Amino acid sequence: MTFGNLRTLNRFYSANNYTKIPRVCIVGAGPAGFYAAMHLTKNIQCKIDLIEKLPVPFGLIRYGVAPDHPEVKNVINQFTKVAQRPEVNFYGNVTLGKDITLNQLRQHYDAVLLTYGAEKDKTLGIENENAKNVIGARHFVGWYNGLPSNKDLEIDLSCDTAAILGQGNVALDVARILLSPIDELRKTDITEHALNILAGSKIKQLYLIGRRGPLQVAFTIKELREQLKLRDCKTVWRPEDFQNVINEVPNLPRPRKRITELMLKSLNENETCSISNNTKMFKPIFFRSPKKFIINDKNNVTGIELTCNKLEGENWESQKCIPTDEIEVVNCGLVFRSIGYKSIKADEDVPFSNGLVLNERGCVIDEANELGKLYVAGWLGTGPVGVILHTMGNAFQVAKTICDDLKNKADYSKSGFAEFKDIVKDKTDIVDWEGWQKIDKFEIEEGKKRGKPREKICSVEKIIEIAKSEFNIVKDNS
Amino acid sequence: MFRTVKNLSCSKFRYLLRFNDLGSNCIDSKRIVPFSTSSLALKDEKVKVCFVLNDGKRLEAEAKIGDTLLDVVVNNDLNIEGYGACEGTLTCSTCHVILKQEDYDRLPEEPSDEERDMLDLAYGLTDTSRLGCQITLTKDLDGLEIIVPETINDARS
Repeated sequence: MTFGNLRTLNRFYSANNYTKIPRVCIVGAGPAGFYAAMHLTKNIQCKIDLIEKLPVPFGLIRYGVAPDHPEVKNVINQFTKVAQRPEVNFYGNVTLGKDITLNQLRQHYDAVLLTYGAEKDKTLGIENENAKNVIGARHFVGWYNGLPSNKDLEIDLSCDTAAILGQGNVALDVARILLSPIDELRKTDITEHALNILAGSKIKQLYLIGRRGPLQVAFTIKELREQLKLRDCKTVWRPEDFQNVINEVPNLPRPRKRITELMLKSLNENETCSISNNTKMFKPIFFRSPKKFIINDKNNVTGIELTCNKLEGENWESQKCIPTDEIEVVNCGLVFRSIGYKSIKADEDVPFSNGLVLNERGCVIDEANELGKLYVAGWLGTGPVGVILHTMGNAFQVAKTICDDLKNKADYSKSGFAEFKDIVKDKTDIVDWEGWQKIDKFEIEEGKKRGKPREKICSVEKIIEIAKSEFNIVKDNS
Repeated sequence: MFRTVKNLSCSKFRYLLRFNDLGSNCIDSKRIVPFSTSSLALKDEKVKVCFVLNDGKRLEAEAKIGDTLLDVVVNNDLNIEGYGACEGTLTCSTCHVILKQEDYDRLPEEPSDEERDMLDLAYGLTDTSRLGCQITLTKDLDGLEIIVPETINDARS
C-alpha cells in the first residue's frame, strides 16, 4: 500500500469516527472549563478541545488565587488528570475573536462552551479615577500572580496609608498581601518583581471601605479569620458601624450569623490588643461610597472623598444604600478599586448583554440551527460572584445539559480542531499540554533556586519559547 | 526495604505494585500479604462505609481505620464528581457530607471553626453536615452511611 493510499484510508477512518463521537470545544481553560470537561469525560464519550487565550492553563486558579493560598490550588491536580485523558486536548495561546471566530468553532464542533470568565475590572466612573496610584485590584492581583499583561504595573508603596474600595474576597486578598510580613510571602509562589516592591512597602495603615454595613459584607469567613490572625497586624473596627447589628444576629442564617459574630468578637477585642511600632493597622469602614478621588498637582492620589450612606429597608439582605449629605475624607496615597470584575465580548457573535453572555441555565439561545450549539458556564454566564465551589456546581450543571443534548443528537458530523488547526497555526504558536508540562517543570526548577514552590514566567514570549524547546536544553541554559 | 513496605498503607502499596518497573504481575493485593508483617492485623482493621449519592446510587467501600472519608473516596477511586478539590486542606467544601444525627453525635471530635467556615459555603448545609476530610474512621464507625449532597445545585442560577 502506498503512503497516499494509507492517508486516504486514515482519512476515511477518521471521517467515520467524526460521525460517531461528538466534538466539544471549551473556550477558556479556567476552573469552569476544566470542571465542565471533567463532567463530560465521566458521562459521555466525546472529544474535548480546551482552547485558552493564555499559553498556560488554569485561569484564575493560577492567576487569581492568592499565592499564600497554595492549598486552594491543589485542585490543579484534578484538572491535570482531566487534561491528560486521551480524549481531551489543550490548545493554549489561541484567542477567540482573534485566531478563531465563534462561527468557525461552531461550524467544527457539535457543542461550544464559553468559559472565558471575567477579565476586566469594573470601574467607578468618578472624578480623578485615572490618577496615579488608583489601581484596579484585578491588575494588582495579576501583578503579584505573574499575569503577563500586568507584570509592568506601576505602583508606589512609599506612602503610609492606603485604601481598598470594596469588601469582597479580592479586597481581602489585596489587604493580606499588603499587610503580611514579607518573610511569609517569600515562601509562596508570588512573583519576584512583586516581592521586591512589596519588601520596600511603607504602608502601615489600610482602610477597607464598603458601601453597606457589616451585615452585607461580601467576603467569606475564612478570609476574614485569616486577616484577623495576621501577624503584626491589628484590625480596628468603628464601633458606631455596629449599632443594632447585635440585635439582628439571632435571626440570621448560619453562615451570615457566624461571620457577623466573628466581626463582633473582633470588635470587642479592639481595646485589649497591644500595639508595637511594627504593628500594621487594618481598618474596615462601612456605609461609605467613593464620591471622588483627591489629587495633587502631579496627578497623584492623596485621598478619597466619601459620601456617607444610610441603609433603608427591613430585611438585611435587600437593604439599599441611601446617600446622605454628609462627607468624609480619607487621606491616602494609594487606592485599590475592588468592586468586581466584568466580562468582555470576545467575539462579535457572542450574544452579550450587561456584562454577561445571555443564557438560560447555561444554554445560549439563538437561531443558527446548522451550527454547533452554544453554551456558557462560570463567571461569564453567572456574573463574577462566588467561590470555586459555586463555579464547579455551575459548570457541572451546564455540562450535564450538554451531555443530555448530545445524547439526543442523532449524528455527529463535526470534525473538531484537527481540521482547522493548520489555519490557526499560521496565526499563533499553539502551546499544547506537553508544552505546558515543560513550562511547569521549568517554573518549579526556577522556584527551587529561590526557596519558592514556583517562579512563574511572566512573559508570553518566554513561555512559548520554553514550550517549544526541549526541556533539557532549557535546563542547561538556566 | 521491608520496613518501608510495612509502613505503606495497602492502597499505596497496591499503587506501587501496579506502577512498578516489574510489570503488572502483582496486581492482586492478596499476593502481597507475605511481604508485610502487619497485613494480618490490617485485615481486622477494615470497616465498611457507604456513600449515598443524591440520585440514590450507593457506593460501598472498604476502608482502613485511621483513614478519613476523603481518603476512602480517593483510595477506592469512587466516582463522586469534584470531591476533595483542595485535597483535605480545609480550603474548600467539595467533600461535604451529611450524617445521620446519631452518627453525627458519636463522632469523637466536633467540627473546628475552620471546618465550620468552609461548611458555611456548602450547598444544602444541614445541622449534621461535616467535611469528609475531617472525619477519621474508627472501628466504632463500621457500617457508616453518609449522604453526599448534590453539587450541581447552583444557588445563583
